[in-house]
Amino acid sequence: MKIGANFPAKTPEGPIEDKWTSYKNKIDLVNPANKRLIDVIVVGTGLAGGSAAASLAELGYNVKAFCFQDSPRRAHSIAAQGGINASKNYMGDGDSDYRLFYDTVKGGDYRAREENVYRLAEVSGNIIDQCVAQGVPFARDYGGLLDNRSFGGVLVSRTFYAKGQTGQQLLLGAYSAMNRQIARGKIKMYNRHEMMDLVIVDGKARGIIAKNLITGELERHSAHAVVIASGGYGNVFYLSTNAMGSNVSAAWKIHKKGAWFANPCFTQIHPTCIPVSGDHQSKLTLMSESLRNDGRIWVPAKEEDVKAIRSGALKPTAIAEADRDYFLERRYPAFGNLVPRDVASRAAKERCDAGFGVNATGEAVYLDFAAAVIRYGKEKALVTHQDANNEALVLELGREIIATKYGNLFQMYEKIVDENPYETPMMIYPAVHYTMGGVWVDYDLMTTVPGCYAIGEANFSEHGANRLGASALMQGLADGYFVLPYTIGNYLAKDIRTGAIPVDTPEFAAAEKGVQEQLERFINNKGSKPVDYFHKKLGKIMWDKVGMSRNGKDLKDAVEEIQAIRDEFYKEVKVPGDLEGFNEELAKAGRVADFLELGELFAKDALNREESCGGHFREEHQTPEGEAKRDKAFQYVAAWEHDGAPKDAKLHKEMLDYKYIEVKERSYK
Amino acid sequence: MDLKLKIWRQKNAATKGKIVDYDISEVSSDMSFLEMLDVLNRELTEKGDEPVSFDHDCREGICGSCSLQINGRPHGPDGGTTTCQLHMRKFKDGDSIVIEPFRAKAFPIVKDLIIDRSAFDRVQHAGAFISVNTSGNTQDANATPINKGDADHAFDAASCIGCGACVAACKNASAMLFVSAKVSQYALLPQGQVEREMRVTDMVSQMDEEGFGACTNTGACEAECPKGISLTNIARMNREFIGSNLKS
Repeated sequence: MKIGANFPAKTPEGPIEDKWTSYKNKIDLVNPANKRLIDVIVVGTGLAGGSAAASLAELGYNVKAFCFQDSPRRAHSIAAQGGINASKNYMGDGDSDYRLFYDTVKGGDYRAREENVYRLAEVSGNIIDQCVAQGVPFARDYGGLLDNRSFGGVLVSRTFYAKGQTGQQLLLGAYSAMNRQIARGKIKMYNRHEMMDLVIVDGKARGIIAKNLITGELERHSAHAVVIASGGYGNVFYLSTNAMGSNVSAAWKIHKKGAWFANPCFTQIHPTCIPVSGDHQSKLTLMSESLRNDGRIWVPAKEEDVKAIRSGALKPTAIAEADRDYFLERRYPAFGNLVPRDVASRAAKERCDAGFGVNATGEAVYLDFAAAVIRYGKEKALVTHQDANNEALVLELGREIIATKYGNLFQMYEKIVDENPYETPMMIYPAVHYTMGGVWVDYDLMTTVPGCYAIGEANFSEHGANRLGASALMQGLADGYFVLPYTIGNYLAKDIRTGAIPVDTPEFAAAEKGVQEQLERFINNKGSKPVDYFHKKLGKIMWDKVGMSRNGKDLKDAVEEIQAIRDEFYKEVKVPGDLEGFNEELAKAGRVADFLELGELFAKDALNREESCGGHFREEHQTPEGEAKRDKAFQYVAAWEHDGAPKDAKLHKEMLDYKYIEVKERSYK
Repeated sequence: MDLKLKIWRQKNAATKGKIVDYDISEVSSDMSFLEMLDVLNRELTEKGDEPVSFDHDCREGICGSCSLQINGRPHGPDGGTTTCQLHMRKFKDGDSIVIEPFRAKAFPIVKDLIIDRSAFDRVQHAGAFISVNTSGNTQDANATPINKGDADHAFDAASCIGCGACVAACKNASAMLFVSAKVSQYALLPQGQVEREMRVTDMVSQMDEEGFGACTNTGACEAECPKGISLTNIARMNREFIGSNLKS
């Protein structure tokens, strides 16, 4: 690993399977009495932030945790559906730490740091042990043991799940661990607080300026280290599967204070989301990847059938098997419907662009459970000694099984689309879901600002250019439960004599003043257009020109257009209400202001990366079959250093060497 | 469709609130209820009025933020759903819709339709956890098989989203369904046994302290729960509570 001389990735020496152990054996420790003298701020209470806050408090540090929601339990990790990976090999299908490591690096199209990914695989099993011990009710089989299912891009079953609500159960587990520490007074919880800026004292992260969203007051909070666990920035696209409040601001503020931002253009477009229904749309809803275990994706093979479907003259169930194009099974016979997300999304877009989309806008494909219903129904009939040739009975039994596996997802689909997915295939289309890019961190998960850490989706490290399904939950909890609690100690060991950090210092005052001025600027601006107007406009440029398929000309245009919207935003934005009290529009204005800067860096990064890899597809760089074409010259992490404005950001390259995995063409055929 | 909205407006906890009438037109039946409120808020902002504040985040029925009492029912007329998953196709042209926050003494109003549900958090601080450190040394996850029935029931109880509809639906503003769901999840699992008795006593005591009402078994909570949390959890908590008190 090489990156600017001042900021090495600090990966340990030795064979990959020993690195984490030897690292842990050699780091400095903080004795229990001294931990009581050290404060740590954690921003965000999702899987990464919640698990980190709880673990650090258990160790004895004084934790101050912040979330903008009214309770830590509502962080957006709650909405994760399908599952969490771990290399337990409970299924006996040949899984191992190495295979999980290998699949993750390959799935990320060889753009992730080997050492970090191996460590992730190594601790994955501990996560499941920990969660079960906390009372997380994972799915079990009749023998009382844990059940697994398959996710995209792998050939084993290593995904643990709790129906379609795995994220909810894991987050409630982390929240329960927080509750125990809140009750002990070791975590001081600040709900409905938003981080507005990072405070740096003598070159080290020493606190934050936070806004109490109820009263509108700005508060100064100091600590010996600051952990950013604020999630991803998918909402730069306006429409995404992220929650309405998900934002880049905490990550962006530290970027502007010196933390490098890595690979912003690596964004995951998830193939199975409910299609857009109209201009009023405020967010998109994911249908879990787990559905591709049993659902088959198709479009009609004949154009006349597409026309008849769009006009309502034909129902999908009436199309004969021979007239259907199961395009993933056709193009990728080895992985079929379980190809990774980037591949599945592009394949769906290819069919829709070719004119085979099945809804009014031409931007939808089918996800069909008919075959699975019959398969499960027949098996159940046989097992229960009933008539497996009775079609009605088989359908009934099969639907029951599907309901136990995916009931909440089917219900969600029906509420939104008003169609019964047990009877007619679901319609799906790709949507922005997750951001692999994020704040650059070293092996310790520390950013380029000493004492400032970034964990979970907020950092860049484990997923390369494409994240595999069920790996985000794994990374969030690995970082928070098992990695950060060690690595942060190595830094804090030098801080045992520092004492409490005062907040009545020029550094805190200056940071607070900057925040106050921006808030006043918004409230006093005499514009005419609401914040959403600009956010939607930005989102449209991002989706059209920096979305699933990118090219040099569009990206250059996008950079200029985003700069223009940003200028217009500061002239024309209208923020109602006052500085005091609860003011959601004011909070949104600050978040969109940051998206308008990030969006430009995102496009700039995509323009710089003259190759296709993972979720980043440059039309100029593809194979004759339309697959992504990597370029060895770009086998690096693009880490951007802020220098006044996104257009002036400086590029640093962390070259990626693969010593334990052979870099090959990423094929799922 | 065109609608008449009657919305509770209240500047903050210290100010008196009132119902204010708004007309809204060209509402699409495909919109979610909150998207309809987004349109209203855009119009209000453009006119120079303050938009209506309401809690919302995931907009897919899982975070439990949204908390609107719509025509007298928590989360509105559609069963088994949160406000964000309620769609306008459940209403018709010309309808009048009354929109209030969830009402309960233990959930004070913050602003307009936003309430303070931190009482739920405090009940959970009192005992909704298993005391296990994140050492990485816990026993293997498959070391203790758990009967599938118990595991499934624990999951069903754990699927509560903490929205507070149960409290809003109850004439006594009781939190028994919420608290019992949490107590049940742990009581059903082997991992929850060690602290079982202390947990139920501590959580019930905190629940009472927060000012939630008593349970009179009307079942309104179960009927309005967007996640279908069952009343049997309340029965289980009562048994747990009595058992715990008899032993102490």
